[in-house]
Amino acid sequence: MSEYQPIHWSTSSYTRVPYAVYQHEDVLAQEQKKIYEGNTWSYLCLDSEIPEAGDFKTGHVGNAPVVVVRDDDGEIYAFENRCSHRGALICLDRAGKTRDFQCVYHAWTYDRQGNLKGVAFEAGLNGAGGMPENFCKEDHSPRKLRVAVFCGLVFVSFSDEVDAIEDYLGPEICARIERVLHKPVEVIGRFTQVLPNNWKLYFENVKDSYHASLLHLFFTTFKLNRLSQRGAVIVSESGGHHVSYSMVDAPDQAAGNQYQDQGLRSDQDGYRLADPSLLQGFKEFEDGITLQILSVFPGFVLQQIQNCLAIRQVLPQGVTSTDLHWTYLGYASDTPAQREVRLKQANLIGPAGFVSMEDGAVGGFVQRGIAAAGDLEAVIEMGGESTSSSPSRVTEASVRGFWKAYRQLMQA
Amino acid sequence: MSTLSLRERIADFHAAYIRCIDQNALEQWPEFFEEQCHYTVTTAENDRAGLAAGLMWANNRNMLHDRVSALRHANIYERQSYRHILGLPFITGTTPEQVEVETPFMVVRIMHDGKTDLFVCGIYRDVFLLNHSDILKLKRRSVICDSNRIDTLLAVPL
Repeated sequence: MSEYQPIHWSTSSYTRVPYAVYQHEDVLAQEQKKIYEGNTWSYLCLDSEIPEAGDFKTGHVGNAPVVVVRDDDGEIYAFENRCSHRGALICLDRAGKTRDFQCVYHAWTYDRQGNLKGVAFEAGLNGAGGMPENFCKEDHSPRKLRVAVFCGLVFVSFSDEVDAIEDYLGPEICARIERVLHKPVEVIGRFTQVLPNNWKLYFENVKDSYHASLLHLFFTTFKLNRLSQRGAVIVSESGGHHVSYSMVDAPDQAAGNQYQDQGLRSDQDGYRLADPSLLQGFKEFEDGITLQILSVFPGFVLQQIQNCLAIRQVLPQGVTSTDLHWTYLGYASDTPAQREVRLKQANLIGPAGFVSMEDGAVGGFVQRGIAAAGDLEAVIEMGGESTSSSPSRVTEASVRGFWKAYRQLMQA
Repeated sequence: MSTLSLRERIADFHAAYIRCIDQNALEQWPEFFEEQCHYTVTTAENDRAGLAAGLMWANNRNMLHDRVSALRHANIYERQSYRHILGLPFITGTTPEQVEVETPFMVVRIMHDGKTDLFVCGIYRDVFLLNHSDILKLKRRSVICDSNRIDTLLAVPL
């Protein structure tokens, strides 16, 4: 691999982003070290997906394969899914239940805390071969990760220095996660969307409250979300996490007219649902918030769109490919009628979602658009230079916040 | 009473259904379903695990009409078309009222620039009501994709 060429940032504000940052292998390699294995927490799974001793899931922190598993003490442990012998994957399954883990290659075994416990033929056979006497299994375990569970979300980190999860998130983000995950959830479906773009383009898109009512016509037409609705953007102190939310209230005619006055595509008027029950949910949040999109740096998203709840995990698969893992949720306490509403509203989200399918493609439009523009920059100036919370969603403060957190880690 | 065998009626149905989608006559697509119907697109993994959510999920024909009008009037996606190739239908159950059928499919997606890829494969798990017409209609179609990975987006129905 070529020598890492640091990306040149033309300004100390976060209003310009060089397109080269989406284009290079060496940037991705640095991101693995400084972001994914740096002072960050990565979402891995739900606590409830591994409820019993021995239950495990495998996943990734950036491109690092990881096992998360519950041991007999009830605690969750995480370790790199890499045999300390030759580096093969220790666990090939995506989920399951096990007493211990055994690498298929030479049958080295690991306990549920990732400790090397057995080396096949360690003492040789018939007095010949075997490992040297001074080989110490305790010194040869795959890298272990810290584990933190917050509101049933399992986060892991390679870093010994990263803040405790509550401090990492900050009080406002914690409160907004608790608002959704205040009672036990159940997984109702899992899908993976393969995005033809760099991971950052998707994560920026999540944070970009400016585009929502302009790109996603479905939302706007049915008054699910338009910028003239009441709402706000919260950006964490680090810049890396955000919440955008809105609530439907009395129509603001003056603001609504701005869509018409500017001739914006989002305000086509003639479109009506043959089955309006799609948008007729039930009230389950006392605060009246009908839409909350929350992101945690570097790759976690929690969404509430009406009664439609989901987690999205953003994982790079190369410079120009990103896996977006969707986990659709209901509450364990759902009545059959409530569950049906969630299934119906799930048409809004995912790879075929009425309000999310465009997000699967728009990052690719950027990736293709910038192909010859690595020396040029994106303009991220809506709402000025601020990276702080805003009562207006006509701002890119949370996108700039992402770059603030990103640059801090990458320049460390 | 129909002069066609059940197998012939199923084959005719499948041929007409995929022709409708592949020719971009999506406005006619809901007419392959009963008014009270179920249509879901999910994955084999969700199906095995009994997870009910779908990539698309409809419990009546009006929701299928809404799918089409959203594609025509609301959603933004690059121009693309499908080529469905179906395998042989396997009848998994019959009663006097209905027939249950599983049929494997492959869908090739052709983008406007000519890029042509295998997009999805899987099975249709269908329930047809048997009435006195030669024309079958779907009471239920579960589109069960073999892979859980969908490239970019799933706009046009399967």
